[in-house]
This record gives sequence, structure tokens and C-alpha cells, in this order.
Amino acid sequence: MGPIGVLCLQGDFREHLQTFEALGVETVRVRKPADLEGLKGLVIPGGESTVIDKLSSTFGLRDPIIELIGRGLPVFGTCAGLILLADRIVDGVATQKTFGGLDVTVQRNAFGSQLESFEADIRFEGIEEPVRAAFIRAPIVLETGPEVSVLATLNDGRVVAVRQGNVLGISFHPEVTGETAIHEYFAQMCKTVDFKSRN
Amino acid sequence: MTDKAKDSKSTPLVKRGLAEMLKGGVIMDVVTADQAKIAEDAGAVAVMALERVPADIRAQGGVARMSDPDLIDQIIASVSIPVMAKARIGHFVEAQILQSLKVDYIDESEVLSPADYVHHIDKWKFDVPFVCGATNLGEALRRVTEGAAMLRSKGEAGTGDVSEAMKHIRTILGEVRALSSKSEDELYVAAKELQAPLELVREVARTGKLPLVLFTAGGIATPADAALMMQMGADGVFVGSGIFKSGNPAARASAIVKATTSFDDPDVLANVSRGLGEAMVGINVADLPAPHRLSERGW
Repeated sequence: MGPIGVLCLQGDFREHLQTFEALGVETVRVRKPADLEGLKGLVIPGGESTVIDKLSSTFGLRDPIIELIGRGLPVFGTCAGLILLADRIVDGVATQKTFGGLDVTVQRNAFGSQLESFEADIRFEGIEEPVRAAFIRAPIVLETGPEVSVLATLNDGRVVAVRQGNVLGISFHPEVTGETAIHEYFAQMCKTVDFKSRN
Repeated sequence: MTDKAKDSKSTPLVKRGLAEMLKGGVIMDVVTADQAKIAEDAGAVAVMALERVPADIRAQGGVARMSDPDLIDQIIASVSIPVMAKARIGHFVEAQILQSLKVDYIDESEVLSPADYVHHIDKWKFDVPFVCGATNLGEALRRVTEGAAMLRSKGEAGTGDVSEAMKHIRTILGEVRALSSKSEDELYVAAKELQAPLELVREVARTGKLPLVLFTAGGIATPADAALMMQMGADGVFVGSGIFKSGNPAARASAIVKATTSFDDPDVLANVSRGLGEAMVGINVADLPAPHRLSERGW
């Protein structure tokens, strides 16, 4: 089993690396295509989705990441990462692209300005205790396709965590609140999803 | 299912959370909606909306104040990335207005003319988060005590001379390293000398790092400048006059973004530094008489 890669172009990648390290999970920083070799999983962190989108193209990571997702590499996106894993986005900038992988429509910055950002306890399917989650200018999942499982919602029913096979996307930041349960969930996913790094 | 969703906005964690998301990014000064769009397209992680960039404030003189709300509204409407705006040091009413305009962050900034030569804004009273400048650790920790959610080293804005930014980040991070090597009983005097609360001084000594995200600012004009700051240990950079006072703002902005990400890869830095046209002309900080040094504002 290889390490879990964390896309380190922009955003709170350090917090993801620290969370996995605290769990004893081996990690590697991904900044160029060669860093993608031999991974058992990949994390797309929080940050600014427009910036991560541009930089992933600039540094030649976009196409290999799309290919790896297609071949079944387990991938976990938080906030901006969820946007980048969505097949469709609303309120993006005109030129903004995503990697895709989740058959969902995601609305960027769905709550409004930073004044609407909040923290809350979330019930997450498959995790016993509530998870303390920070929603920072967060996106929301507006529509889900038939293959998509909803793992968490807000009180009003709005969807904030989804999984489709090897792809996990959440609109909040467990890595900022010191939560480890969802990272453990993803590390487990990396063990159980059948992905061979070669062929 | 959520609990407490209503009453958990604007917590310290939520305020600091946005700064965490900006890390590794470039925040660009813009004075029009068109510039804001150029900045967003070039990969800015946020924009700072203001009426005049620091180089023009310096050249034109006079009292520099908060921007016109119409301008801030236009900039907020033109981009999808976070928008910051500046209030004068100590001018809590400008800050109230900026909060009412729903900016994402307020910069209590020495680039504007100070409104209070003794007190800074009590930032705990606000729901919107604040970023504040600092030239040394004591100043940084005083801003933390007042409720800042993000820090930036000041540098000397509007000069295109990176030497003050270098001095300030070296000072701040050097003082953090010095604190972390002190014994517990030496921290009382350290707190007195830093003019910062003992509890915060203890926290920095114990963790060996600042309690907040630290960007750097003031004089960054080239991709190499941005990478220099990142190699020094900054979490990200502010670029003020350096972009829109240069020959080709879009190309320079994009190059600085790439350099900030690939700050430790000289091959990438060489590539992105090519063909950017004229950098801003700049002023050597050493040629600035002391009363015109903005970094000395703030207490």
C-alpha cells in the first residue's frame, strides 16, 4: 500500500497532512505529476477552487488526476475539493473547470459572505459520534445522481457530504476543527476500494 | 443533522478558518471591478478593494481613508473570490461600515492614515474577521489580543522594495524561534519585553509558532520576491502596487501566483519570471524620510 497524497498547490493542505500523520497514515505532498505515482488515495484540500483549478492545469496535474479518478483511485475533497470533484458547478467563474468524478451539482459559496460562515455538529453516515465541522464560505450539493450516496445533511436537509464509489466529497473542514473521524473513514476507503496503481 | 448552527457564526475558529483557506495564495490590491476580474482570472486567492494603491497614496499624499462603499460593492459583485477592504487604524466606524457592506475580511491598515495614534480597533466586537500588520512579534501578539484573525508582516507598502518585508518576517519568525528556546521562568520577562500577554507568549513558546496565519506584504513586486517570502516561512503574500503599477498586470499577477505555489523550485521560478515586461519602478526604502514610512504606523 502506498501513501495518501495531498494536493499541495494552495489552501489548507498542511492541516490534512497533520491529520493523517496524527492517525499514523503515511502521506506525500503532490505538486507535480511524478508525485502521483504509487498513491493509494488522494486528498483535494480546502482553499480557493478557482486557484487550485488553474494551478493544477499549469503544473500538468489536471489530466493525470482525472485519469486516476476514472481508474478508481480513492479521492477525498473538502470544500474547494468538493467543488473540484463535482461533475457540474453553479456560480463558478466562466472559465472554471473541475476534475469531476461525483455525479452531483455543487453550488459554490452557497451561504454568502464570510459573515455567513459557521461551525456546527454534523451527523455523518457510518460515524457514530457527531463531527464538529467548519463551513467556510462553503459550497452545497444541490442535486445528486442515482449512484451518489448522501452521507450528511444540515438540519434543513441541504446535502453537505456525498460519496460515489471511490470519490468522497464534503463541503466542510474537519481538518480545521481537529476532527479525525472522516480522515479515518477515508483511510479505510483507501484500504477497501480496489485500486491498482499500475493497470 | 446540525446543532447550534445559528449561534456558531463568527467564532474565532470560523474567523481564522478563512485565513487557513487563503494559505499558499496571493491577495491582490485592486482599485476597480475590472482589475478585480483580472486578479481573479490570474489566480488571486482574494482581492483587497481600495481606492488608491499604496504607490499612489504615497505619490499623491493627503489623508487616505476607507474606500467609497459603491466601489466596494462593485468589486464584491464582480468576483467570486473573497473581498477584503481596508479601515484606518483605530477607525472602528469605518470597520462597522465595511462589515455592513459584507466584506469577507477587514484589513486594519497602516497604509491608510491612522485615526487613532494610541488604540487599535477592538476587533472582538465584530463578526467580520480582521487582518492586521506587524513588524515584530510583540506587535503581532498585541493584534491577536485585540481579536485579529490573521496577521501580515508590514513591509513598506508602495515602494516595490522588498527589504522591509524581509526585515519584518525575519524579525517576527526569529522572535518566535527565540521564545521557543526560553525556559518557563524566562517567559515573564519575555512577555514584559514583548509587551504582550503572558498567556499568548507561553502559547507561542510551547508551540513554536504563531497562533494565526501569517502573510507578508509591502514591497513585493516580482515572482522572485513572492518566492523569497514563502521560503522565509510566510503562509502567503499580499501584492499591492506591484501588479497594477507594472507593465503587464495580468501576466505578472499570474506569474506571482505560480511562484507562490512553486516557491522552492528554481526551474519553475526561472520560467515564470520570463517576459513579464516592466516591474513597478519603485522607491528604495532607504531614500524615504522616516515620517513617510508607513510601517512605523501602529502601536
